[in-house]
Amino acid sequence: MAKQPHATPLLDQLETGPWPSFVTGLKRLAKDKDYVVDLLGHLEHSYKTRKGYWKGGTVGVFGYGGGVIPRFTEIKDEKTGEPVFKDAAEFHTIRIMPPAGWHYDTDTLRKFCDIWEKYGSGLIALHGQTGDIMLQGCTTENVQPAWDQINEMGFDMGGAGPAVRTGMSCVGAARCEQSCYDEAKAHQMIINRFLDDIHRPALPYKFKFKFSGCGNDCMNSIQRSDMAIIGTWRDNMSTDEALAKKWFAKHGLNELINDVVSMCPTRAIQLKDSKDVRKDAHVSAVAVNDSQSLEIDNKDCVRCMHCINVMTGALGPGKDKGATILVGGHSHLKIGATMGTVVVPFFDLKKDEDYENLVELAGTMVDFFAENALEHERIGETIERIGLVNFLEGVGLDVDANMVNNPRMNPYVRTDGWDEEVAKINAKKAAA
Amino acid sequence: MAQPQMRKPVEHFLDNKKFLHPKLAANYGNWKYHDRPRPGVLHHVSNTGDEVWSVRAGTQRQMDVYTIRKLCDIADQFAEGRVRFTIRSNIEFILSDEKKVAPLIAELEKNGFPVGGTGNSVSMVAHTQGWLHCDIPGTDASGVVKSMMDALFDEFKNEEMPNRVRLSTSCCEINCGGQADIAVIIQHTKPPKINHDLVANVCERPAVVARCPVAAIRPALVNGKPTLEIDEKKCICCGACYPPCPPMQINDPQPSQLAIRVGGKNSNARSKPTFHKMVAAGLPNNAPRWPEVNEIVKKILMTYKADARPWERMADWIDRIGWPRFFEKTGLPFTKYMIDDWRGSRYNLNASAHVRF
Repeated sequence: MAKQPHATPLLDQLETGPWPSFVTGLKRLAKDKDYVVDLLGHLEHSYKTRKGYWKGGTVGVFGYGGGVIPRFTEIKDEKTGEPVFKDAAEFHTIRIMPPAGWHYDTDTLRKFCDIWEKYGSGLIALHGQTGDIMLQGCTTENVQPAWDQINEMGFDMGGAGPAVRTGMSCVGAARCEQSCYDEAKAHQMIINRFLDDIHRPALPYKFKFKFSGCGNDCMNSIQRSDMAIIGTWRDNMSTDEALAKKWFAKHGLNELINDVVSMCPTRAIQLKDSKDVRKDAHVSAVAVNDSQSLEIDNKDCVRCMHCINVMTGALGPGKDKGATILVGGHSHLKIGATMGTVVVPFFDLKKDEDYENLVELAGTMVDFFAENALEHERIGETIERIGLVNFLEGVGLDVDANMVNNPRMNPYVRTDGWDEEVAKINAKKAAA
Repeated sequence: MAQPQMRKPVEHFLDNKKFLHPKLAANYGNWKYHDRPRPGVLHHVSNTGDEVWSVRAGTQRQMDVYTIRKLCDIADQFAEGRVRFTIRSNIEFILSDEKKVAPLIAELEKNGFPVGGTGNSVSMVAHTQGWLHCDIPGTDASGVVKSMMDALFDEFKNEEMPNRVRLSTSCCEINCGGQADIAVIIQHTKPPKINHDLVANVCERPAVVARCPVAAIRPALVNGKPTLEIDEKKCICCGACYPPCPPMQINDPQPSQLAIRVGGKNSNARSKPTFHKMVAAGLPNNAPRWPEVNEIVKKILMTYKADARPWERMADWIDRIGWPRFFEKTGLPFTKYMIDDWRGSRYNLNASAHVRF
């Protein structure tokens, strides 16, 4: 039995209503833990005064320079300077990298619970916005023993501060027909390459990798990662007549026109009489009934995924699969939110060797970042400062028209190297 | 006294294969299509003919060990001891037998876990830490989320929206909650209050000066002590100086208000990804239930639900109807604060004769 709970009239109001309540969970933990009794008191004080009261500090584990987020209370007695909620005066979080795709067996989750019940608050966030398992609430003293046991389970610590960060990958190949590469494999290989950069923060600022299996980008990689690896394909979209007919029988012509054909952003899809369908090598076609077919010009298609989302299985990605790579997405600090920019329109990801090449490219990116970014600058900001072309030359990538929405509009550029550039491009074309 | 022997960590990011449900492992990379037999359930079929049913349920994200153990019990009983989580903290149970779907749903709902969040529903809010753990929170996230999800409970459990709806909340303008169809974000409205006695000892001053997006911070001497001062006319109240320099306190319960942004979209489907845009601000930080925020979120959602065409995300819908009609239909005032003046802002202005009446 824990000590007497603090009155929490404001938090109590978050126990009503149908959605699962974190307050109810905290109260249950507080029955046995003085630590959580005081945490509830601390949180209620925030709700009452509408302010946060945690400050950072330095807490870590042996051998690593990051991964623990230290928190010390700032609610102090005015006269004595002692913490008002003394049992929750320290409330550190340990970031642990979850399995790619957030798959678990229950044994593993139960072990996390047992460890965190013993050493921590018993509160676990699955998962934080960094993608980590957040073991929330631990005293300085208990961080090391809790970590030792977690590490014994085979789990490793996530990134924090100016470091390579924990990666995120979608469910992908494990359960999604739209997956265009082995997201977990790429995720695991890249993270294992950068463990030193994750655990010992020494970069200008954070660097995040995210892995989405298709353009639906369930990992928000374009907006939220420094290097986004998004599945795509180069050949024709695949089709399945039985599923297309089944879809049409259920949804009919109006939905086919309004929801599929009209919504194609590049007008790559047309509805045609089956006898009129073009036989070109870059055309995919599938009959939806006895007389009509969808005709897709794959040269016009941008792999946006819309029609595939609507007619799942009837339409699907092609077979020549890989990824589009974008660099430089990040949130507002400091120049305002920016999205990633395409730097590799198609990166082959079929053979083991391709994945090794991806890891190598990631290494080049992080090296360039480490050497050229200013302090507290994300790679997207570096690109904005130095220009995409300087970045591409720095990491050894060729320019491609897929990297721009449109060519330069202003005339403010020196073009005295023009002939050499054209000669280089032609030489590459000839060699290919 | 001898130092205790410290354990050296094993540095390795583990393979996820052993955690996969056996049917997912067996059909890895070999799925053919999926459909949704009912809200909260995905049905995947592989090229081998194998089928799995994934039942998705909402959680409170920050879970006590009893909640997690209960979910484990349910997984052991129905889902061969495997679970997975989505990016929005929903839990998924993978079933190899369709007959288990209904009993699993009944068991989850009996234990207070709503089943839904699939397809054209309003899924769980992606959110940040807030007062519970963050060092710079202007508000709480878990409480705002709990209040919003209570209000949107039926929209989570049903698939009645024109397309999927993704929400986020963030406890400061750094926006860790991420881009979303509707995002709730604190907006500070007054410059930080500086404790000049502490700055020199606590803050690395050049780093703080460099952090400011509008170069409003400069070194100064106050009462003979080296410190920092702010050009309050330039300051945009973003709070970026507060993390590296806590004596520059940005959080103040009165002028810190909530703002709402809409039309963020991470998917490439149809249109390219978009960032969300501010459509409301000045909402009180009204713990513990934030009713003013809830009311506007609900109003925007219901307007979208009634007016958007099938498959239009929030951004697609607004793109069709135009911003003037968005403000007209939602009844929200369009104010001068919504006209961008950050770098590149003129690209956000209307340079055409396309005008809606």
